[in-house]
Amino acid sequence: MPRAEPGGAEQREARLGWALVLPAIGTILLIALFPLGWTVWESLHLHDLRMPWLGRPFIGLNNYLEAVGDARFREALVHTLLFTVASVTLELGLGCVLALAMNRTFRGRGLVRAAILVPWAIPTVVAALIWRFMFDGDSGIVNAALTSIGVDPPVWFVDRFAAWVPVILGDVWKETPFVALLLLAGLQGIDASLYEAARIDGATAWRQFRYITLPLLKPALLVALIFRTRDAFRVFDLVYVMTGGGPGTATEPIALYTFTSLLQNLRFGYGSALSVLVFLVAFLLAVGYIRVVGADLTGERR
Amino acid sequence: MATIRFEGVRKTYPNGHVAARGIDLAVADGEFVVLVGPSGCGKSTALRMLAGLETPTAGRIFIGDRDVTAVPPQDRDVAMVFQSYALYPHMTVRANMGFGLRMRGAPPDRIAARVAEVAQALGLEQVLDRKPGQLSGGQRQRVALGRAIAREPQVFLFDEPLSNLDTKLRVETRAELARLHRRLRATIVYVTHDQEEAMTLGDRVVVMHDGAIEQAAPPMEVYRRPATLFVAGFVGSPEMNLLPQPDGTLLGVRPQDLTVVAPATGELEGIVDVVEPRGSEQLLYVHADGGRELRVIAPPDLTVTPEQPVGLRLDPARVHRFDPSTGRRLA
Amino acid sequence: MSRGARWAALAVGLLVLATAFPFYWTVVASLTPEARLFAAPSLLPTGLVLDHYRALFVERAFWVPIRNSLIVAGCTTVFSVFVGSLCAYALARLRFRGKVPLLGLVLAVSMFPQISVVSPLFLLLRSLRLIDTYPGLILPYLTFALPLTVWLLVGFFRQLPAELEEAAMVDGAGRLRAFREVIVPVAVPGLAATAILTFVYSWNEFLFALSFTLGPERQTVPVAIALFRGQYQVPWGQVLAAAIVATAPVAALVLAFQRRIVQGLTAGAVKG
Repeated sequence: MPRAEPGGAEQREARLGWALVLPAIGTILLIALFPLGWTVWESLHLHDLRMPWLGRPFIGLNNYLEAVGDARFREALVHTLLFTVASVTLELGLGCVLALAMNRTFRGRGLVRAAILVPWAIPTVVAALIWRFMFDGDSGIVNAALTSIGVDPPVWFVDRFAAWVPVILGDVWKETPFVALLLLAGLQGIDASLYEAARIDGATAWRQFRYITLPLLKPALLVALIFRTRDAFRVFDLVYVMTGGGPGTATEPIALYTFTSLLQNLRFGYGSALSVLVFLVAFLLAVGYIRVVGADLTGERR
Repeated sequence: MATIRFEGVRKTYPNGHVAARGIDLAVADGEFVVLVGPSGCGKSTALRMLAGLETPTAGRIFIGDRDVTAVPPQDRDVAMVFQSYALYPHMTVRANMGFGLRMRGAPPDRIAARVAEVAQALGLEQVLDRKPGQLSGGQRQRVALGRAIAREPQVFLFDEPLSNLDTKLRVETRAELARLHRRLRATIVYVTHDQEEAMTLGDRVVVMHDGAIEQAAPPMEVYRRPATLFVAGFVGSPEMNLLPQPDGTLLGVRPQDLTVVAPATGELEGIVDVVEPRGSEQLLYVHADGGRELRVIAPPDLTVTPEQPVGLRLDPARVHRFDPSTGRRLA
Repeated sequence: MSRGARWAALAVGLLVLATAFPFYWTVVASLTPEARLFAAPSLLPTGLVLDHYRALFVERAFWVPIRNSLIVAGCTTVFSVFVGSLCAYALARLRFRGKVPLLGLVLAVSMFPQISVVSPLFLLLRSLRLIDTYPGLILPYLTFALPLTVWLLVGFFRQLPAELEEAAMVDGAGRLRAFREVIVPVAVPGLAATAILTFVYSWNEFLFALSFTLGPERQTVPVAIALFRGQYQVPWGQVLAAAIVATAPVAALVLAFQRRIVQGLTAGAVKG
């Protein structure tokens, strides 16, 4: 590669570039990458703050092996997976319906968009409390509604399985708007003349959806899928506040178990191993995201 | 005003693309030079290197006596009119036109006076306090022009400034630019892909192709004595006809230089294929023997019909000969 | 109205109702006197009182967590937008080696689960004596605020025509001057959207605030609400009143700037 004879201009630009980038990147390296490296390092040691006399010996992959054999960890993993599948499916489905319905221009569309965005914007803690209150045994509106139509409601937060209902519904209520807006943006990118041509060719609404909308919405759907899956996998705030992982550990997702190990049981070594596992899954999803979006941008772009 | 010199300028991008291969060009003080060629020929790259927005990989660029190859654009004292005008959308017309002077530290009253002067010359007094978003295409073009003129730079650079205008405005603005050049006696380097524009505006036309200069000469010379096959085919519309000769050379003759005569009385024979009436002339597509299709410009009142056999006469003073392997002109 | 339009209107209506109802219910409950809170609930109650709101500010000094959240979210936003915009500009416009891996790094960090960095951050902050302080929250918040800002703004700066800076430079402005005089004013919509999103995420953050604060003096709004404890049971009236108070600012921001927010969200996500 021929080097620039008067290298001054390019070198100047490069130097300026690095100078501008350094504060942000430096901060990120310090407070994100370094701690993550530290976590990985820590996960290879025994480090229990309740038993400081044991020191901090290197134990290799023992924490990970313990995790695999830990029934509570396995359960937490199952909880997390089930929660992810249920909430993401509902969010994508409802989001799709909402996006389709909002795709027409109508008066007050901006207001509707703003209104449905509010659940997304509030703290998850608040959402959790609102839904907890609605499902409360005594004063909850949900129970009142159910009994008024003759259905006998379960004791929501005491029943191992029923406790998932408010959790999932709360997540769906809070996150569907984001999915809907993402899909709406994707829908608005579809050329209207495709539908006109299809209508002239005699296609029904369902066929139009299946052969035009779905394929062209694929990129947006994939982005929504990956984002929501990654976030559902990391769920913490919602469960901590709504059920505390209970009853017992029946609704404990993996992030909550990790938190408990770290900051309540003070088992830093073990908790770090759990965090690394959570990170690995999130990382794999991130790689998937880059692949999908990257391929879309370079491959299928018109 | 100043002279410009390109000496052996090359530009290769990191991905391997060669945008300029050895450009040598000298522009005289006050000369209007047009760089013309198809997209990808390197004309815009050459202009941007002159502005300082790109750095040559090799070679030198001089403005006046100063070697500006490594000088950043803000210190070069050139003004540029972009294809999209690049007006600052958040500033008024007045602020847009005064920006360059403000950057150079001119006192506010001098800036105000100069902006008013230029606005008056371009007919922009009414819109001085508006923002670009509120102007028409033609007005925006004039503001872009005003912004360049207000600075009284050593050199003016134009990057396809007319391509965003409709035909009528384009013709008007072309005349405006020619007048401007005469008045300011400015050194102008102008880039376009439109060969007609190049021929009407430039003191000299620089035809570029694939990163190199094919020919740099006054318009008439480029038209009458194209130096290469590429120039011959690029300049002049409709395109020149090229006929392979028995001695291996290519004979070039412009459609305007072929005369329709009775069959068997001219140097060439053929059958008329398509007749395109164009008002002041007719464009004929003639199927000549040898399977060649020739373009011929004929007078408007000549009666020609498709399927009609015709003869074609050449003017020996108006033919061109090229070596097909080098593409260069022979004699 | 066509059949399709009728279905759409119905769907939208139902979904808006489903969205708004929990809020409506919460507001009603927050205005219901304590005694009647656990009686049979009714959809259209009467006899609303402001007791819970009063108690919130008088007895629980709820303005303290509000102050904390404002300071933390505000400082995080200001710092990350400022530093992030410079970084984003360099990544979007300047030419230098190593840009692609840097962008990849920024994206990767934004994907970190918070739980994975909580413990080392805790130990780091503790060694710097920053636990239960404002910087002790602002610093960790930058782990998500900076990548977010950089990511959104890179996308935004890329959309601006390159010729704007070029024109400014040819006109005599250096890179940084061109950035200040031309790019920043034109980028205000993108900067605003980024600032709003950063503020919202910071205001709502829970895990770090929970882990890095010790007492009510420095707790933020989400933590304060989550930790409300009554003598014998959860004081739902006050909790829900606090919920509404916590919601009001972000709801107002969203309603006012919904178009900007949506643009920022979808551009950053869909375009990648």
